[in-house]
Amino acid sequence: MATEITLEVARYRPGVDSEPVMQSYQVPLREHWAILDGLTYVKDHLDGTLSFRWSCRMGICGSCGMTVNGEPQLSCATFLTDYAPGPIRVEPLHNFPVVRDLVVDIDDFMTKLPKVKPWVVREVQSPVEEGEYLQTPEELDEYQQFSMCINCMLCYSACPVYSLEPDFLGPAAIALAQRYNLDSRDEGADERRDVLSSPEGVWACTFVGECSAVCPKGVDPAGAIQRYKLTAATQSIKELLMPRISRRLNSRSQG
Amino acid sequence: MSVYQRPVHLLWWLERRAYVLFVLRELSSVFVAWFVVFLLLLVNAVSDGTASYQRFLDWSGQWWVVAINVVAMLFVLLHVVTWFGLAPRAMAIKVRGRRVPAQQIVAAHYLAWLVLSAAVAWLVLR
Repeated sequence: MATEITLEVARYRPGVDSEPVMQSYQVPLREHWAILDGLTYVKDHLDGTLSFRWSCRMGICGSCGMTVNGEPQLSCATFLTDYAPGPIRVEPLHNFPVVRDLVVDIDDFMTKLPKVKPWVVREVQSPVEEGEYLQTPEELDEYQQFSMCINCMLCYSACPVYSLEPDFLGPAAIALAQRYNLDSRDEGADERRDVLSSPEGVWACTFVGECSAVCPKGVDPAGAIQRYKLTAATQSIKELLMPRISRRLNSRSQG
Repeated sequence: MSVYQRPVHLLWWLERRAYVLFVLRELSSVFVAWFVVFLLLLVNAVSDGTASYQRFLDWSGQWWVVAINVVAMLFVLLHVVTWFGLAPRAMAIKVRGRRVPAQQIVAAHYLAWLVLSAAVAWLVLR
């Protein structure tokens, strides 16, 4: 096996470059090295000016999302040997403004996320002395998959709807809304409804399904969105048929 | 801060296989609509009497109408297969506290398709 592999890295220096230019680096091809290790090698030994985000190096923090050979990947969980003999093309995540090199600006997501109130909403907060809000393993099972999201933005990067309609709330934000809608302790489904049911919410999604295909945590945002479409549609019909009763029931039975 | 925004290419949907399949699936709705129009024309011809029905049959027997219908059928099949495949993702059905497996939901869709097709065939051919 070759001892080195070529990384073709997109470089974008604001104020200097008008668009990214590719730069090649030779890095050691080691069995346990991820793309991120290769980039760290470049930064430490070859070119200290290369910028990229990372933190945990173990697929938990969601910082190191990049486009590797055209596919959105966590660079810490994508191994050099899987791309041998190379070269490996490393670019910033698509669909986001590039700040520098491999660093993208995710402010848009950070603005959208709180709109879906991704926290447990209670109509009346019980005092701490009354103890925890209990939950059975079955109730946990209802939403656990959606709680695995690490906000790595790979789903937004893979979503053509988001690239064509930047107002789209997006896969992760909707999956996180469902994470709380389906939580037995939560009573906020009604408050999330207007945002989720808006044209920029679930209805913008055309079910391409690539968000789920690239998700490194098996969240299935596409599934979450389609399930909410079904919920929203069912509720609208119920409200049309029996306006008073359904509105009251909605706050309890969304999912 | 000057940032770089990657432009959206007109042929963005050729970038990934899944995008191509998605665009074809979206396009298939045009052919679904065509079949609805074709069916309405048929019903209209039948209601206008034997001569009109015969004219419709002659028209639909022409090579180009047959060609359109063959292509339309392929697209409608793509539409059905891809949508049935996606159905379990939207439907989280529970029976006696247990989540119904995805394959069973897909199977139920195909079964319903078969039953409906058989019912229509019986209605038309009896």
